[in-house]
Amino acid sequence: MNIGVAVDDVHQRALPSANESGPAPKRVVVAYGFWIFLLSDIVMFSALFAAYAVLVRATAGGPAGAALFNQGSAAIETACLLASSYTCGLMSLAANERRRANIYLFAFVTFVLGAAFLGLEIREFAAMIDRGATPQRSAFLSAFFTLVGCHGLHVAAGLVWLAVMMAQVAIKGIRGTVERRLLCFALFWHALDIIWVWLFTVVYLMGVRS
Amino acid sequence: MNLLGNLSWNAIPFDQPIAMFASALMILVILSILVWITVSGHWPYLWREWITSVDHKRIGVMYIVLALVMLLRGFTDAIMMRSQQAIAAGGAQGYLPPEHFDQVFSAHGTIMIFFMAMPFVIGLMNFVVPLQLGVRDMAFPTLNSVALWLTASGILLTNVSLVVGEFAKTGWVAYPPLSELQFSPGVGVDYYLWALQISGIGTLLTGINFVTTILKTRAPGMGYMRMPVFCWTALASNLLMVAAFPVLTATFAMLLLDRYLGFHFFSVNGQGNPMMYVNLFWVWGHPEVYILILPAFGVFSEVIATFSGKPLFGYRSMVAATMVICVLSFIVWLHHFFTMGASADVNGFFGVMTMVIAVPTGVKIFNWLFTMYGGRVRFSVPVLWSIGFMVTFVIGGMTGVLMAVPPADFQLHNSLFLIAHFHNVIIGGVVFGVMAGFNYWFPKAFGFTLDERWGRSAFWCWLVGFYLAFMPLYILGLMGMTRRMQHYDNVSWQPWLVAAAVGAVVIMAGIACQIIQLVVSIRDRARHRDLTGDPWNGRTLEWSTASPPPAWNFAVLPHVAGADTYWNAKRRRQANPNEPVQAREYEAIEMPNNSPIGFINAFFAVVTGFALIWHIWWMAGLGVFGAFAAFLLFAFRAEDEIEIPAERIAQFEQVHRAEVAL
Repeated sequence: MNIGVAVDDVHQRALPSANESGPAPKRVVVAYGFWIFLLSDIVMFSALFAAYAVLVRATAGGPAGAALFNQGSAAIETACLLASSYTCGLMSLAANERRRANIYLFAFVTFVLGAAFLGLEIREFAAMIDRGATPQRSAFLSAFFTLVGCHGLHVAAGLVWLAVMMAQVAIKGIRGTVERRLLCFALFWHALDIIWVWLFTVVYLMGVRS
Repeated sequence: MNLLGNLSWNAIPFDQPIAMFASALMILVILSILVWITVSGHWPYLWREWITSVDHKRIGVMYIVLALVMLLRGFTDAIMMRSQQAIAAGGAQGYLPPEHFDQVFSAHGTIMIFFMAMPFVIGLMNFVVPLQLGVRDMAFPTLNSVALWLTASGILLTNVSLVVGEFAKTGWVAYPPLSELQFSPGVGVDYYLWALQISGIGTLLTGINFVTTILKTRAPGMGYMRMPVFCWTALASNLLMVAAFPVLTATFAMLLLDRYLGFHFFSVNGQGNPMMYVNLFWVWGHPEVYILILPAFGVFSEVIATFSGKPLFGYRSMVAATMVICVLSFIVWLHHFFTMGASADVNGFFGVMTMVIAVPTGVKIFNWLFTMYGGRVRFSVPVLWSIGFMVTFVIGGMTGVLMAVPPADFQLHNSLFLIAHFHNVIIGGVVFGVMAGFNYWFPKAFGFTLDERWGRSAFWCWLVGFYLAFMPLYILGLMGMTRRMQHYDNVSWQPWLVAAAVGAVVIMAGIACQIIQLVVSIRDRARHRDLTGDPWNGRTLEWSTASPPPAWNFAVLPHVAGADTYWNAKRRRQANPNEPVQAREYEAIEMPNNSPIGFINAFFAVVTGFALIWHIWWMAGLGVFGAFAAFLLFAFRAEDEIEIPAERIAQFEQVHRAEVAL
């Protein structure tokens, strides 16, 4: 499901070459367009990463990453997010088989794991702000809160989206549009994982080194 | 807490007669148009056929209308600056006080780039690309409408700043630390930032839509190497939008965080780094100029091949040159600030890369020349714009290569030489290009051609006016005059600035000719009617359908067997006139339904943007909530497609064929 081509698409007679076949099926077009959007989102994150890299030593006499980051907490966050990606994959499989009960189950687990990630992140932010390490303290902290917070906002938006999608499955049933939206959601959720892996590496692993 | 945030009666510039007069005029014009629409009962028609339309052709036309209106607004700013500088020499202060002059040049740049050039280029692509690809619509028609209305929101917010509050006084690039809250405490920069954030999202959606359309939905047989060059340039341009606009969004988000929440990305305290803004801005900004110029190159390729009656010379090299420019545009951004203080190696690298871009551009120029060579060139209006472009753009390109030499740039940086250079390429390239495209595709959109005589006059006024207005700026730049001067002491500059002002007046005459051309052509539309759908003896698929095309574009999707499909089909028919016409089997067509979501979403975007600018937090929350609720309703709507029955398509085709036969 996640590669944008359903099994049925491939088993049609001998496929003509892409040039000869005319406009692609809607499912392919939607998934492709959403991929392009995800790429643009990654470009936006790359600008935030660049800003973070430029400002990482600009602590203005305030605390640096090594003093602030809790690798244990970040590791649990990572585990939650990666596990949620796995359950999101299971949800996609359930959608392919049109098993509604499984869709709800795996969507629920995905939601809980995503919410746990978000909760941990908010707790981490709150603890930092309590210690006076606010985004207003230094350019480094501005960049940190923006980069990590932007990813967190994406996760929050993903949770809202997931809830809406479950309402759609319940009300509209598994039909073409709903199926394509579930596909896009899965792409989105996995893309957030990719970004988080970079984030974890660049911010939390490299951050405590110095 | 104040219910209206920072908004109060002080926001209306009662003390500035020019601003008040302009606002009153703008409000009067808008009101009289609204009253006229209401009185003549056009609202249902407008709502049904235009505002909620998801038809790429209608959306394209609306983009171009926006662009033409904003051309007038941006040009008004331009002529104000030219007249101010023509008189404010020696001790004179002119008629624009500094704080007003600063807003005028910032608004001029912002409007001309984001709200004139961008919508014009996007409008042409919207109208033309699906037709040239031989398909019925964009990949995401409703998203297309959303993008259009987000652009319109940005335009509206920018123009509201004329009446309520002020616009940025920072120049169109809004460099920090000047654009930080500490040095620009007013709402001007906030207007700039929110207007561009909102319209920037629209542009990003446009980019995604076009890339998907061009790569995934083409007529059967339309391989990449059979696509018209305009589609190739549109692809390159939209790839750049997808890759560059998110950087602008991120950069502006950082500046907004600095201004609203006291972050320290670009501030002078807290170890912020203002030069990072300049870098990030131009990482978007340099690809942006290619987003604008590449589709113009595409227009010239279509126009020159059509009016020379020859296939485009060096199609493959044209495609290669386009894609090379697309890639190179991302590794030259530093040439906008050689004076930043980077090492000689860094400056050297970016200087060389900048010069390298001249190579593929030169390839294109020679391809156009060789296309014309040996052809029977018809010198109608689009060709005049194209030839005017070739001469003017080469001059602009050469001054660009000159400034790509870092030591030369140290002298010319921020001088009027630079202003002359980029107007030389943007007017001579983009504006001439969209004007050629406007004249070329107008009959396709409306079924009648534009008046040739007024079109010629418009071209000559623009061409002469351009040289008169901008060649003096090169000289002034070499004499040491810097940009953005409200007044100056050196009276020896004045004669050149007077000449430049005269040039601006000549350009104004050109714009007047264009308005007259439009009015005259609409008045005499019966005489200019084109029933064939192919007034120029065209080569590409858009000319194979009726003018204006039906909502479904093509009754049967064309099968493409090579480049210049339509031209070759016409040639085949001429060779075998007696070949029987195959009876066509029409099938019902699924078309997307109209949708008000784009307009509603834009309404909430304007509410949210305005509320954020004035710190009216409850209203901002309401706006975001409204947009979200509207999207939920849209996501749960019942049907999203209507079926057009085969009989209606067959009937349209019969009528069209009968008209052509007459």
